Amino acid sequence: MSKPLLQVRDLSVVYGRRNAATHALSTVDLDVAVGGRLAVIGESGSGKTTLALALARLLPPEAVVEGSIAWPGLDRSPVGGRDIGYVFQDPGSSLNPVLTIGEQVSEGARRHLGLSRGAAKKRALELLERVRIPDPEAALRAYPHQFSGGQRQRIAIAAAIAANPLVLIADEPTSALDMVVQAGIVRLLDRLVRDEGMSLILITHDIALASGLADAIAVFRDGRLVETGPTPQLLSRPANAYTRMLINSHIDFTSPRLIEAG
Amino acid sequence: MREFAARFIRSPEGVAGLVLTTCLLAMALSAPYLFPRDPLSIVGRPLLAPFADPAFPLGTDRLGRDVLAGLMHGARTSLLVGISAAVVAILAGAIVGTLAGFSSGWFDEALMRVVDAFQIVPGFLLALAFVSVMGASLPLIVLAIALGAWTGPARLARAEVLSIRERDYVAAAWVIGMHPLEIAFKEVLPNALPPVLALVSVIVAGAVLTEAALSFLGLGDPNIVTWGSMIAEGRNVLRTAPFLSIVPGLGLVAMVLGVYLLGEGLVEALARRRIRQ
Repeated sequence: MSKPLLQVRDLSVVYGRRNAATHALSTVDLDVAVGGRLAVIGESGSGKTTLALALARLLPPEAVVEGSIAWPGLDRSPVGGRDIGYVFQDPGSSLNPVLTIGEQVSEGARRHLGLSRGAAKKRALELLERVRIPDPEAALRAYPHQFSGGQRQRIAIAAAIAANPLVLIADEPTSALDMVVQAGIVRLLDRLVRDEGMSLILITHDIALASGLADAIAVFRDGRLVETGPTPQLLSRPANAYTRMLINSHIDFTSPRLIEAG
Repeated sequence: MREFAARFIRSPEGVAGLVLTTCLLAMALSAPYLFPRDPLSIVGRPLLAPFADPAFPLGTDRLGRDVLAGLMHGARTSLLVGISAAVVAILAGAIVGTLAGFSSGWFDEALMRVVDAFQIVPGFLLALAFVSVMGASLPLIVLAIALGAWTGPARLARAEVLSIRERDYVAAAWVIGMHPLEIAFKEVLPNALPPVLALVSVIVAGAVLTEAALSFLGLGDPNIVTWGSMIAEGRNVLRTAPFLSIVPGLGLVAMVLGVYLLGEGLVEALARRRIRQ
């Protein structure tokens, strides 16, 4: 395989002061291939969101970070927005309520692609069309509260990919949405990542979602990387007992079969 | 918008405030057309009682100046000073509060200690000291009043910003690489403003009173009629001609009440919308 896009080595993140420190991540090693799709799964508090924040350099100032995050697939250090897109969990709070959709979606394009106001508007229109917002022309002038949760998440995704980032980090992008809308968002992410040739880092607790979307899975528990590997391999022959438990515990009526028979 | 108007109309205090302030605003705006002469000029016999002479419906003062003309021109000064002082105070407070809340750390501490320093001095004393040192012109009086009024908005804005800066859309703005100042003033400040704007009516009402008090003490601009200076003027003949103090006093009451009620009505109508959302 060629150079990975992203190489995480020995990454540790500690929150808080010395006497009351919380190890959110300890000694994590992880690679993401160019154009690869990595799903990071784990229960709440396993450090998966901390990993996403560390990659996007969004950690609060009191977090102590050790180890390295290198971008060999990129010959410079990554620029937020230009190289990294970030989709948050709750689309209700990731869009600014007092700015129009047009302003928010075109912001990244204007900043990083150096587009003029008019060109950025055209770009925003195109993005909204691509994420299937009905009547994108009117949506440009509308405000977030005029859209449903699913539509807002589509808009947030449009804003995140406005400047054609190399990697899209999606932090539980479907957890705040209902099942049907979830499926739509997953299809959208799938299509966008394929069409744009982006890498995807999907943070989720839903192993079915991970298996459908990602070609590699990393399992986290208590801030440690338990196991990582290509999706089919990891699901059919989990090496770790915890991974096995996660897979076995996933039984519900709506989810597709994890592995097709045969 | 139409819904908002409907909700506003349903609140009696809001409507009362709107009527009062509209009347006062109409008085202020029409004063130079109805009474084109300088309201400080002598136009008739001194100490004419109200309703005695149809030419001077509210009578004349000790020097024979028309009280009605003074009242209407005084409304101009009061409104102008009140609104300008509130605008200056809200602007300064919102900017300082946003910077403090958004930056945190030593810069926040430094700014908030400055706010403390201003807050421990009573606003009126601050205005008094400022005017007596800097002189009494209208812009300086506005500044003097704003000096004692900007701390409230600053504290409120900071408190709002502290919570808003943790929202996801602010993180999203960081991710796409916006400049911190741009985030503070484009993404955060507009969301922090509504509760700060609720202070406008209180500040305007307070500013009107402070301005009147300064004029009453003779520290106002001597070339302009103000209600405060009219009350001070009438004080010398309080027993023989009490209307000279009562008429501008009623003007003050109407102004403060009107502005305050209007503010209350607006805030309530806005809050009701939020609850429904």
